[in-house]
Amino acid sequence: MSILAPNRYKGKLIIVEGIDGSGKSTQLSLLSHWLRAQGIAVAFSEWNSSPLVRETTRRGKKKQMFTPTTFSLIHATDFADRLERYIIPMLKAGALVCADRYAYTAFARDTVRGVSRRWVRNLYRFAVRPNLAFYFRVPLDVALGRILGGRAEIKYYEAGMDLGLSRNIEESFRLFQGRILEEYESMAAEMGFHVIDATGSIEQQQREMREIVLRELGDSLRSGVLRTREGDDGADKASA
Amino acid sequence: MVPTKRPLEFYGDPLPGVETAELQGKLIVIEGPDAVGRTTQISALRTWLEAQGHAVLDSGMARSALAGKGIQQAKEGNTLGPITMTLYYATDFADRLENEIIPALRAGFVVLIDRYIFSIMARAAARNEDRRWIEQVSGFALVPHAVYYLRADVKDLVSRVVVGRGSFDFWESGMDMRFGRDMYESFVRYQSRLIRSLDRMEKRYGFEVIDASKPPDQIFKELQRRIVRLFAAKRRRPKAAA
Repeated sequence: MSILAPNRYKGKLIIVEGIDGSGKSTQLSLLSHWLRAQGIAVAFSEWNSSPLVRETTRRGKKKQMFTPTTFSLIHATDFADRLERYIIPMLKAGALVCADRYAYTAFARDTVRGVSRRWVRNLYRFAVRPNLAFYFRVPLDVALGRILGGRAEIKYYEAGMDLGLSRNIEESFRLFQGRILEEYESMAAEMGFHVIDATGSIEQQQREMREIVLRELGDSLRSGVLRTREGDDGADKASA
Repeated sequence: MVPTKRPLEFYGDPLPGVETAELQGKLIVIEGPDAVGRTTQISALRTWLEAQGHAVLDSGMARSALAGKGIQQAKEGNTLGPITMTLYYATDFADRLENEIIPALRAGFVVLIDRYIFSIMARAAARNEDRRWIEQVSGFALVPHAVYYLRADVKDLVSRVVVGRGSFDFWESGMDMRFGRDMYESFVRYQSRLIRSLDRMEKRYGFEVIDASKPPDQIFKELQRRIVRLFAAKRRRPKAAA
């Protein structure tokens, strides 16, 4: 059972989810390049990127003003702005919209922060249900290795420092991500995620994604969605 | 007659980390449409309550440390969608509730609130958003000790805007939704919708309706009478009942 309203628009919505370090952004970026190369009009939306809300989020993070409730609400506001102003108009226009993180990020993260599961799911009830939701499943240690090895510093809220799990930021991050992972796992079936084994090679994961896209959305890609150029029937011929 | 629920419960799922038994103060809400005179009444009530020795906090929309500025900026642009607006105001309200209102109640203050979740809900309903949705989103709000609904008809509001302020405001006229061809028409339709929405909440949320077509000093006297009664009711209630 999905709580989100089905996508009634001409365009299609593909989203990716997973904990930090699962590789989802890399995969979505590869997928969107491939789709564009087929002549499909692709739009892209990233979690927490609304210009309308940016200053407020920045202020809240810098001064550590957030509670679990306001953290949840400001991200929902950010999401609403992107949905109302960008995602829905793009879907109406027939674009294929790729979203890096979606409402499920809030379902997982805000629940771990302590807001009620029921409340946060209702909060996002205005969201459009994705046509395809990919979940990048990765063991905690693999994801942590990718993040802790490659990045300069982990930020306060990213590490869930506001939960007081540990004073050590790396330890807090580890515990926080572990709990988020559990939330993702517990909703994967209910939300109809297409699970990708994110320990595989980048190429292997991308191949799987493309196969699923062709299988599930092939017809729409050929005729339904908006194209940047005519004629070329590339979507189904493309090899992954 | 006590139409409100027992004080200091949450409407829905409680806020994480709040112990309502610690909240000793009084939570009083003034509701009503735009230009009905809420601000005037709140400032007079504050003076009066302070003269009586109460510590008073007043709080109103878009005044939070977190989101107040952001909302002002968003309103200056032309791209604030209805759901985004609803949630931005809900963020602002949550920040004030958790960081100003609840601490003040804990310290025993009388908290006067200029518009509560009901205005957020009415604005959402006026814009055809899902009522159940915003009602559930607002579930983290505390049930106030009293909600005084300053009720007036649109024609009263129009005369106050024209005589008092001299011009119609873009947002008070609901111009983001273009309810009419110009500011006046849109104001009339939008404010009528708001009033209808607030009217519909009266029973469900235990509003005490105050006729706001009367002169301000009479409205003030009426509010005073009711607040005196509210405070007296508190003293009569045996402590053991809690």
